[in-house]
Order: sequence, then C-alpha cells, then structure tokens
Amino acid sequence: MAIAREAEPVGSLQEVKEAGLDREDLLGVYRNMLITRGIEERGHILYKQGKIPGSFYTGRGNEAAAVGVATAMDDQDVGTPLHRDMGVHISRGVEPWRIFAQYMGRADGPTHGRDGNVHMADSRLGLLAMVSHLPAMLPVAVGCALAFRIREEKRVAVGWFGEGASARGDCHEAMNLAGVRKLPVVFVCDNNQWAYSTPTYLEYATEHVADRAEAYGFEGVVVDGTDVLAVYRESRRAIEKARGGDGPTLIECLTLRMEGHAVHDDAFYVPKDMFERWASSDPIERFRTWLREHAELGDAEEDEITSGVKKLLNEALTRAEESPLPDPSSLAEGVFATPEDLDTPHHK
Amino acid sequence: MAELTLVEAINDAFHVELERDPDVMVMGEDVGRAGGVFRATAGLRDRFGPDRCVDTPLAEAGILGSAVGLCMAGWRPVCEMQYDAFSYPCLDQLITHVGRYRWRTGGAMEFPLVVRMPYGGGVRAPELHDDSPEAYYVHTPGVKVAIPSTPADAKGLLAAAIRDPDPVVVLEPKLHYRTLRGEVPEGEHVVPLGEARTVREGTDVTLVAYGAMVPLAEAAADALDDEVSTEVLDIRTLKPLDEAALLAAAAKTGRVVIIQEAPRTAGYGAELAAILAEKAMLDLRAPVVRVTGYDVPYPYWQIEDAYMPSVERVVDAARRLLEF
Repeated sequence: MAIAREAEPVGSLQEVKEAGLDREDLLGVYRNMLITRGIEERGHILYKQGKIPGSFYTGRGNEAAAVGVATAMDDQDVGTPLHRDMGVHISRGVEPWRIFAQYMGRADGPTHGRDGNVHMADSRLGLLAMVSHLPAMLPVAVGCALAFRIREEKRVAVGWFGEGASARGDCHEAMNLAGVRKLPVVFVCDNNQWAYSTPTYLEYATEHVADRAEAYGFEGVVVDGTDVLAVYRESRRAIEKARGGDGPTLIECLTLRMEGHAVHDDAFYVPKDMFERWASSDPIERFRTWLREHAELGDAEEDEITSGVKKLLNEALTRAEESPLPDPSSLAEGVFATPEDLDTPHHK
Repeated sequence: MAELTLVEAINDAFHVELERDPDVMVMGEDVGRAGGVFRATAGLRDRFGPDRCVDTPLAEAGILGSAVGLCMAGWRPVCEMQYDAFSYPCLDQLITHVGRYRWRTGGAMEFPLVVRMPYGGGVRAPELHDDSPEAYYVHTPGVKVAIPSTPADAKGLLAAAIRDPDPVVVLEPKLHYRTLRGEVPEGEHVVPLGEARTVREGTDVTLVAYGAMVPLAEAAADALDDEVSTEVLDIRTLKPLDEAALLAAAAKTGRVVIIQEAPRTAGYGAELAAILAEKAMLDLRAPVVRVTGYDVPYPYWQIEDAYMPSVERVVDAARRLLEF
C-alpha cells in the first residue's frame, strides 16, 4: 500500500503559470531537454569513434526528471546530480563544450582530465561532483543543508539518488539526520526501475521508495518522472517548503532507462515489452506534444529551437576537441593544499 | 588442459567448486541474472539455482555482513564486489567482524568466506573503477589475501580460497580478464595459499610482483635480456606470504626491484622491502627499490599511463641496481 502522496499531472498553461513558469521559461526547459539528449547522443558517437574510452553512461529517459528539478532550484541552491542527471548540469548553465571536454578527458573539462564521464560538476554553479558510490552524495547534501541551517541562509540542498542506491546504509543515515534536524534538503530519487540488472522488487519491498519518507518524519511524493511540468511543480513546492523551514521532502520520480546501464550493456535482462513501453513514454516527445497542444508551439519555432541546439552542440564539440590533453606532469597537483592555499583567514 | 581467459578460468573455478561442495554459494550485485558485470559468475544461477547464486540489492556492507551470518549457519559464501573501490563500504564489516570473529571466539567459530573483486587500472575506466586496495586488506588481521596473475592461478587460488577455513580476499587483475589466455587444468585445480611462483629464473636481478604487475615484470625481463639475467617472482598470496621464496629469490641475485601498482606510501611493496631489510641484509648487493604508482587518486585515461608502472621504469630501476 502506498504511503507517499501520488502527484497529479499538470494540466493547463494556467496551472504552469501558477507554478512559476511563463511561456519563455517553458521553451527554455524544452531546449535544455534537447541539449541534454543531444550531448549524450553525441557522446555515444564519440564513444563509438574511440574518443571516449572505457565506458559511457547516459540518462536517456531521465531528461524530464533532471531538468524539471533543476529548473525549480534557485541560483543560490546547491545540488549533487548523478550519472543520469545531465539535465541538471545543463539547466544550471554548465557549457556543453566543457562537458564534451570532460567526456574526452581534456584539460578544460570540469575535472581537468582527471576523471571522466559524468563524474563532474562545476562548484561555481552550486553543483557537487558525484563519485561512483551511490548514494554517497546524500549525506553530503545533508551536510550542505546543515550548514545553511546553522548560518540561517535561505538556501536549499538537493540530493539525488537512484532506487538501486536506496538499498545502501548511507541513504538511511542521510535521511534520518535530515529528518531529525528538519533540514532544508530535498531528496530526489530517479527511479528508473533497474539497478544495472536488478529490478525494483529485489531492491526494496515497499510500493514506492518515497513511502519511506513517512518513517523519517517528512513528506514523500511520487511523481511521473517523464512529465517535466509535474516534476517541476513538485520540486518547486518541496524546495520552497524546505527554504521556509518546513523540512525535507523525498520526491520519487518514476522514470525510464531507455538504454542499458552503460553503452557496453545491451540490457538483455530487461523484458522487450518494457523497452517498447518506455519508447512510447519518451519524456521529450511528451513535452513537445504538450507544448504544441497547450503553448502554441508551431513548426517554425520548433525548427528554430532544434537547429539552435544542433548548432550549439556542433560548435561545442569542435571547441572541446581543440582542448588540450592534461599534462601528465600535473598528476600530483592538488592532492594537498599548497602554500598559496594556506593564505586564508583560517590559517592566520 | 583448456585454453581459457583469466575471467573464464574464474568462472570455471566457480562451476567446479559449487558442484563439489553444496555449501558453497555466491552473492553480489548482478551476479545472477546478468552473470556478473564481467561474466565471472555466468551460468551459475541457471545451473545451481537462485539460492546458491544470489542477486543482492546494491549494498556492499549488507552483502559482507550477511555473509558473516551465512557462515554462522554453515554456508561458505563467496561475495563479489563489483569493482575494487566498490568494496570500501564493506570495509566496516570486514574489519569489525570478518577479521576478528574467529579470534574473539577462541577459534570456536569459523568464517570460510571469500570476497573477490576485479582490481586495478589500465582499462580506461572512470575514477573508483581502477583502484589497487590490497594493502587495506592485508593490513586487516585475520584476513588472507591472494592475487592471481595467470588464468591457471586465477582458478587455483579461488578454489583454495573457497576451501580455506578462514576469510580470503581475492583481487583479480581486471586488465587481464580477457587479454591473458593460458592453459588451465580441467576439473578440480587448487593452488595452495602461501606459495609464491618463480616465473623465470635469473642470476643478476630479481623482479618481485603480483597480479597485473607480473606480466609487466616479464616484459621488463624480456627488455633486459641482452644485458642481464633476470629472475621474476610472482608473490601470488600476499598473506600468508611465502617468505622463504622471497628471501631465496633475493639471495640468488642480491638485487631486488619490487613492483606495485597501488600508491606508493605504506603499500604492500613496503612490507616486502621491510622483510628484506630485516632478513636479507647480508645477501643484498644493492638497496631494495620499489617501482610503484604515485600517492594520488587513480587518474583518468589521458594521464593514467603516467601513473602506472611501466616497462621503462622497471628497466631503469634494474639498471640502477646493477650500477650501484
């Protein structure tokens, strides 16, 4: 039996306006979703060309969840997006060329070529870089929220995890601390239904991951993660609630993994009809249809957006390929503070 | 004898050992339906059933903690950690339970469990998929550690680990999962823990290595062929160490280069060097030197070659000893 609230879809343009988005914002959201998918599609090509060795991870099917939440964040908020959340980086303003540079291990990527894939973030944009261990970022988000609370800053931390990661102990520890201290944090579970090859019924025994929120003393909400507007509305509500001092929320976005765990994985364990169902719930196609039906998106305007994204990404790719390789002699730089790093009030 | 890759040899060991002993079981993330992300456990679920090849939730501490309980109930669990660095969340259970329990019970309880994991770099993977964490395990009392370097040893050491009455951590060089093929004995094949392997005999300089560094040591020995006669020793079991073999290989040439992929400081190579300092002093003609990774997080592919010990660095070290 579900305990968490199940969110309704957003209907009209009027409802969207009430939630805080005007038509220009909506087109921006659509554009960010297209950039997100476009980056990952080009990344896939780079992988096939051998320009991204190892493996390559995408969030195809997760664009609405990622962009929807990030759009609801304010500039001063912070977040810990994961490997299916490219849309968060894009919505926060990370330039696509720097993401391509990151993919290819170049010096201009956010990790300066020291790490690859989506193991990155731009801290200047309020994002903290993930590590492979999931949900290791949740306690980190809670720590940010604790800092905001202590300093009485009206800022909110958003911590992402997947339904697979919900099986780990640090997920519990983070949510418990957040609940106990009623911290300004929003937990976002991208539930794409597969933890690599493991289906949800082998990961958790409740109906929803969000049902757990009740046990931690805060609200749980389940939202259709392919509906960018519903994700936005619920995230906005939760973020403002946290900002107002009313504690955490766990938002579970029911989303899709339209590809394997990574490009090397053919996902033979996923039933074929599930892939077919996923294909018919493509979040980008869904929002495009909504915009045409409710926001008068016409052919000309759509073409303009699509070709603008294409141009942006083509230029980004060129610029990234011109980025230099990292200098191997810099390998040991940054392990510890340098004397210049010590020139701060803490050390005087 | 069959010609197998290293990961096929591991899979073969599983099929043999699960057939041989009905108390042996496998557990981990994606080990059942998917057969393991590297296919090390392929076919086990179909052949032995889902109770002996258990797909767990994504929860490493839970996997190892459950294995302790399974041991108490008479099972011999083999836990897969999907990658080297993914084993860190289970360190708590390993250090607080696994390594201590027999001792705490005065030997009354045994924990015949195995933790195995792919380890090491060179595969162009992102961070936390390339670590060499052997020192953490070796440093934990009550835990044995083995690292194979050939397909035959991968099978034989895993079999020995499964049959051993104590906890054994087996680290498998993922770089060579599919790049190394070799003859592997069919059926039951056990390589006893605690026995090093002389890879090649030599008289001038000794290269000591384990895991993925053994093929590198052999390549370095090839490169030195015109100049000197090189002995290569594969440690195979880090704990318990075959000290006699180490000392004999050192005494033979008087010059020792230790090769270790892990970061340098307090790595396993330092332990080997300390033993040589304590017990081989009069046999040595030059200082013991180490060729290792650096004290930095393992870097991404564009600079990982600068991190990894190379044939050139090993050859250089050997020449320095010869000129000493």
